Amino acid sequence: MTTVELHTTHGRVGGGRQQRRGARRWRQRFKRWPAHLLVTLLLVVVCYPMVWLLLGSFKTQREFLENSVVALPEQWNFDNYVEAWTTGNFSQYFLNSVTAVGPALLVMLLLGTAAGFALEVLVWKGRNAVLLIFLVGIMVPIQMILLPLFTVYFQTGLTGTLWPLIITYTATGLPLTVFLMATFYRAVPREVFEASTIDGAGIVRSFFSIGLPMMRNALFTVGLVQFFFFWNDLLIALTFTNSGSLRTIQVGLLNFSGQYGTTQYGPLFAAISLNIFGMLVIYLVLNQKVQKGLTAGSVKG
Amino acid sequence: MEHVLGDKRSVAILVGPALLVYTLVMLVPIIWSLGYTAFEGNAVTGFSFVGMDNLTQLAGDRKVREALGFTLRYAAVITVGQVLLGYGLALLYVFVLRRYSSVVRTLVFFPIVLPTVAVALLFQQMFAIAPRDGLVNSFLNVFGIESVDWFGSGGTSFLVIAIMDIWRSMGFYGVLLYAGLVDIPEEVLESARVDGTRGWKLVRHIVLPLSLPVLVSAIIFSINGTLKVFDSILALTGGGPGTATTPLTIHMFQTSFAYGQYGYGSSIAFLLTLLCLIVTVFIFRASRRDLTKG
Repeated sequence: MTTVELHTTHGRVGGGRQQRRGARRWRQRFKRWPAHLLVTLLLVVVCYPMVWLLLGSFKTQREFLENSVVALPEQWNFDNYVEAWTTGNFSQYFLNSVTAVGPALLVMLLLGTAAGFALEVLVWKGRNAVLLIFLVGIMVPIQMILLPLFTVYFQTGLTGTLWPLIITYTATGLPLTVFLMATFYRAVPREVFEASTIDGAGIVRSFFSIGLPMMRNALFTVGLVQFFFFWNDLLIALTFTNSGSLRTIQVGLLNFSGQYGTTQYGPLFAAISLNIFGMLVIYLVLNQKVQKGLTAGSVKG
Repeated sequence: MEHVLGDKRSVAILVGPALLVYTLVMLVPIIWSLGYTAFEGNAVTGFSFVGMDNLTQLAGDRKVREALGFTLRYAAVITVGQVLLGYGLALLYVFVLRRYSSVVRTLVFFPIVLPTVAVALLFQQMFAIAPRDGLVNSFLNVFGIESVDWFGSGGTSFLVIAIMDIWRSMGFYGVLLYAGLVDIPEEVLESARVDGTRGWKLVRHIVLPLSLPVLVSAIIFSINGTLKVFDSILALTGGGPGTATTPLTIHMFQTSFAYGQYGYGSSIAFLLTLLCLIVTVFIFRASRRDLTKG
């Protein structure tokens, strides 16, 4: 009896309150229409170029010349993509990018994490100095190292391979990786590592068995951010590998635009789409980690 | 306890490889590049010593002065644009959209992860005039405005570059500054509201001073990035028309690789490095002084 009464009372009062709250919310929403208009405008400005690009990538040359702001393609065909991927050589460029970026990422993460661990967890003289030396690498523009490296790569005959890219990416990625990993290790209590070393594991072994696996999450975030830097790089790739069979996907795209730019729009749009929507998919799947990693990289660097 | 985690051999094994790679591929080349400034020639033809010639030539070079001017103008405009719009977005996320901002944040952020080359080519097509109008000119035509040759003059080219780079990065700065705004304690804002501080006054007197540290780091990051701009301009305008949109980086690249002048190229790279360091130190010190003043 009491429970029922309580229940009904509660329901009635709750309902009335909800109605009033609903009305207030509607009034608030109405008052905030300038903000909503602003947000809508913002999203249109950000997203419309993508929509235009995607629609364009399915159009035929004739449709391009009868251009229009919003028109959908007459037919959704993938000819442009096939053209870009095969005739435009993007399969080769893609493979080159993977071959250069993959090994560089793995080596950089391993070396950078070990160094970050040694700099933050281990106790030794001169670690501040070493940390400072790595900081120099974040500050100095890449332009400063291009010419000496080109000389070395040229004289050792490496310019005919992808090695210059693998080596340069690994090294240029190290400073930021070391810094970020050191920051992540700062959050781990030293006792964890002290305990494992006392058990007789040795510091190096305890790094590989505990220190490295513990950073799985951080490794993924940092690796993802560096992946964007390496994959999207033009300067280093353009300097060291500007011959046809070694081009990375960005250098390939730049050259493709030079060849096709004003004559064949469809394949060009398809090539740009491949570059943009590939990244977009990765971003949408992992956006929390990307946002966290990229902003951490900028504030701490 | 310290000796347990202080074994020198382990330190060497863990930090050694990274330090070695970093030293060989970055530190040594930096010094080496400084050395190049005293030489003429390149990797193919060989080098000859010229002493201070490159640096004195640098001081009087009209092309370098133009490139430096463009770099500074670009850095100033883009930094102001990025950080101001980013701050506006951050305020929008925190005070207007609140908990519902996550989708907007995600969407406005994404252009920063896209390859600059692809974005530049997309904008090239959007602002195209010949042989066919791009999106922007078609849009202008709808309103009865004649097509504009955006890449025909330095001024409009600069405008397109600015629009593109701010479009690319404002969402990133929005998220960066949003993180700073979220850290402001709710009680501080609440007590200010109780005192009757609202709207613009709340932002000016409470929010802005409290978010100054993250704002300064955003400005430093932005200037550092914009002084080094290369990919987006090279792909969008190629530095043209003429050399109207050529920053130091592209000028350095052309001097070194198109003309094979390594010594002079290194001198330009050195100028760029100095510029980055000076600007960073200057802003950092200026902001520290302001912060202590309150």
